[in-house]
Amino acid sequence: MTEIMEQAIELMGVGMGGIFVVMILLYGISQLLLKLTAPKKEN
Amino acid sequence: MSILLEGLLAFTWQQAVMMLIGCALMYLGIKKEYEPTLLVPMGLGTILVNFPMSGIITQPSTGVEGVLNVLFDAGISTELFPLLIFIGIGAMIDFGPLLQNPFMMLFGAAAQFGIFATIVLVVAITGLSLPEAASMGIIAAADGPTSIFVAGKLAPNLLGPVTVAAYSYMALVPIIQPPVINALTTKKERMIHMKYEPKNVSKTAKILFPLLITFVAGFTAPMSLPLIGFLMFGNLLRECGVLDRLSASAQNELVNIISILLGLTIALKMTAGEFLNVKTLLIIAFGLLGFVFDTAGGVIFAKLLNVFRKEKINPMVGAAGISAFPMSSRVIQKMATKEDPTNFILMHAAGANVSGQIASVVAGGLLLSFFM
Repeated sequence: MTEIMEQAIELMGVGMGGIFVVMILLYGISQLLLKLTAPKKEN
Repeated sequence: MSILLEGLLAFTWQQAVMMLIGCALMYLGIKKEYEPTLLVPMGLGTILVNFPMSGIITQPSTGVEGVLNVLFDAGISTELFPLLIFIGIGAMIDFGPLLQNPFMMLFGAAAQFGIFATIVLVVAITGLSLPEAASMGIIAAADGPTSIFVAGKLAPNLLGPVTVAAYSYMALVPIIQPPVINALTTKKERMIHMKYEPKNVSKTAKILFPLLITFVAGFTAPMSLPLIGFLMFGNLLRECGVLDRLSASAQNELVNIISILLGLTIALKMTAGEFLNVKTLLIIAFGLLGFVFDTAGGVIFAKLLNVFRKEKINPMVGAAGISAFPMSSRVIQKMATKEDPTNFILMHAAGANVSGQIASVVAGGLLLSFFM
């Protein structure tokens, strides 16, 4: 495998891994945000 | 008399071909309504820059600076135009459908697969440099301003064809996505109903969300911060509730003015010398492949999740994880209705589509971080 191909595969790993980490973080944060800012239920 | 004929005598067949391409872009914009705000100014710009010895671009023989070169240096080289457009796009985005179902965030991530698969394929097949391959891959972000931002930094020589491919394929989402989805899903899968339980998203959540995205992207993918920061600023104008005038200006006047300038200015890269080469053909071919891989990435990810989930996801929703909003979610809903008129998955698809807008910008930032 050529060096440039190795770099391309590394970029794919870093890129897809990075995007999933960011989006999972945002998922967690938005869940928390929704909980913290949920309108209070009236009895 | 010879002065009058100078221009005509210097005219080459390559310039004639480019003028025809300019006419084709205007035809697609006006007649077919494919991204007319960009393709019409770009089409006319393509004709203008291919007149020999014209004053609209800098001529090496005279040294007089052309107006398009001035605009290019001011707006594209500095990345100003795509960033300003992002303020307007941010002001147009409603994160409501995504906040009502944050799980859809994952589909935005999965549908960026096309960017990286295309890069690997370009390197494997063509042997082009990695920055050039990345500039081709970013077309699959289905996000015009991000494509311009990334290609402008990594391979400015490819900026013209990358922009044409990005905006053309975004307009062709209704044609590109359905056959890929049909090939990867069964009729039964396409008929899966998804429960929709609308949550009450508070105004506070809508105001805090763009700020939180900015913090997360700023720390994890700092190179994406110009894009994310401007996008979220636009969204904050929309959601804060006290800047309605600015929000309306960002959505209308700002986007309109920058679109005019952007289309004309990018035409600077549509001269025969820069456009008519093998790389342009590669960009057009791999750009299309990128969109196919994006769609496949989203669908296959949804199918994978279904293996572990009790409540099944309609795999078509995964395909809406691209950035082309709202076109992709509408395509998915149309396909769902075609299979079963009582199936409404638009809100789920819209959630995935909005998350694709965030993920594509993050992907652009990660690409730039890798090289810089």
